Amino acid sequence: MAAEISEARAALAGVSSEPGASKPDPIVTGSNITRTFGGLKAVDVDKIEIQRGVITALIGPNGAGKTTLFNLLTGFDEPDAGDWSFNGKALAKVPAYKVARLGMVRTFQLTKVLSKLTVIENMRLGATGQRGEKFFSAAFKSLWRSQEDANTARADDLLQRFKLDEKREDFAGSLSGGQRKLLEMARALMVDPELIMLDEPMAGVNPALKQSLLGHVKSLRDEGRTVLFVEHDMDMVRDISDWVIVMAQGQIVAEGTPQSVMADQRVIDAYLGAHHDTDITNIDLAELEQEAEAELAAESNEETPS
Amino acid sequence: MDFGTIIDAAFSAAFGPQAIVFALAAIGLNVHFGYTGLLNFGQAGFMSVAAFGLAVTVVTWDLPFWLGLIVGMFAAIVLALVLGVPTLRLRADYLAIVTIASAEILRLCFGAVEFKDTFGGSNGLTGFVRPYQKLNPYNDGLTLGVVSFSRSDLWSITVGWTLVAICCLIVWALMRSPWGRVLKSIREDEDAVRSLGKNVFAYKMQALVLGGVFGGIAGIFHILKQGSSVPTDFNTTFTFYAYAALLIGGAARVLGPVVGSMIFWFLIAGIGSFFSEATKGADPVIPNWIMQPDQASLIRLILLGLGLMLLMIFRPQGIFGDRREIAIDGR
Repeated sequence: MAAEISEARAALAGVSSEPGASKPDPIVTGSNITRTFGGLKAVDVDKIEIQRGVITALIGPNGAGKTTLFNLLTGFDEPDAGDWSFNGKALAKVPAYKVARLGMVRTFQLTKVLSKLTVIENMRLGATGQRGEKFFSAAFKSLWRSQEDANTARADDLLQRFKLDEKREDFAGSLSGGQRKLLEMARALMVDPELIMLDEPMAGVNPALKQSLLGHVKSLRDEGRTVLFVEHDMDMVRDISDWVIVMAQGQIVAEGTPQSVMADQRVIDAYLGAHHDTDITNIDLAELEQEAEAELAAESNEETPS
Repeated sequence: MDFGTIIDAAFSAAFGPQAIVFALAAIGLNVHFGYTGLLNFGQAGFMSVAAFGLAVTVVTWDLPFWLGLIVGMFAAIVLALVLGVPTLRLRADYLAIVTIASAEILRLCFGAVEFKDTFGGSNGLTGFVRPYQKLNPYNDGLTLGVVSFSRSDLWSITVGWTLVAICCLIVWALMRSPWGRVLKSIREDEDAVRSLGKNVFAYKMQALVLGGVFGGIAGIFHILKQGSSVPTDFNTTFTFYAYAALLIGGAARVLGPVVGSMIFWFLIAGIGSFFSEATKGADPVIPNWIMQPDQASLIRLILLGLGLMLLMIFRPQGIFGDRREIAIDGR
């Protein structure tokens, strides 16, 4: 397994850092995906490819279209135009639940746990192909009991792995924010996805839990799954991702390994701001003011017809 | 003041055919609203199509009674499909608007002069209950202390509570299954369920049909116990009384709608009877300058409304509900 991962990562070494770069073994490919909300072009992606078997981070400032792209890829929203495929299967017009069944499962930025169901029931829901979920066999317990027991055993294993086993019988609505993130991730694993897409897994999670969440995300890759996640936390991106895609204003502006992306001037300008690595106390205010005034002057010059 | 009359009125209403009709309708609403979160405000519509399906088949078309039952149930299923296809993909409130509107459209169509030959106009249809009454095995009514039921009521009670028991059994068996778990999950968050690979639309449709069938059973039982199918019976009040019954008993509980309906009718009949007894006669307990005898039927609704308000404030989960579940909403 470890060999495969290093292989997948090594394969990325040869990939260029241009936006939309082709990957040696993509699990998801997309081209010309656009989505507008009124006059706003929320997503306008010429080409995107996600490498299989590694952790890819999708970063970008607020409103860059990361979540919208997530929604489009997973069938929760429909693009105005574009083609995209998962494992070679075209996904245009495929409803969200079928996308999930194909093995592409997502979580949500605002965690969606089923509050009035217990933790274990939340987990059981994730299992696919349940006989007991069919209307005509549901009323007869003997038809689905064995499958339910197997699912429960699997769910208990996952709960233990995510350290939620003590909360097993509690309502999911009574969990803390971080525990909800864990539950959502564990529940997504019940579907046994090939690609798991995490929308801001670290948002609102305390530092201690963050470390264990990081470990969990890594372990997803280590068991052979592909991970794509949206995140604002740069430390996390640097720590665990093998590849980073940067979005700004609906477009992919850069991609590459975490180190190269963090050094990329386009990224720094678009995302981190021109003064991102300056200690705020060291900034020369007079110099800043001069800069700003010069900019203003330049603008007013442009506006006045000469 | 005769307490025997009051007790008789309250208990015969709580166990009588009227409470059964609302229990059946509320069981359907429980599947819709309680378990799946579908806001169906048109349960009366499901009841009326099933009722008129039976009545029209037997009276207008002169076909056998059993066929009428099938037509009635089929009509409820078709209504659920017709309402569900356009609305279940939309937000929940649209279903509420569409269902209440279609229930009203149906009621007005059934009562329209234009269709008098088919549906019997505002008087409705009669003369389809003989096969049902013929099956009545009882020779006499039943009297238990001060509470008494007539011979035909006794038969309706037997049939009705059997139906309620069967419906409850079905709901219980389904809701403990993974199928029921999907419905409850849809109530909590549709998108989460969708993201786990479940066809939410299909499940909502199944729930709408199942609850509509229970509503249809309620409608058919209603016209059988009273012997006539009258359009004005199926007004919106019918739906809202059924909702009241459901909320009193506790939504998403198998026995919630049944017990809720019994309490609802116990109170309605008991309070009404109490006030009519208390204002009756030459020297009433409540003097005439406070209340007239003909106001008894109004005050019972006022008090019931007050009671519902208090219930929502102090026990929002209903009689059977779980306090912990309600507490979660506040977070």
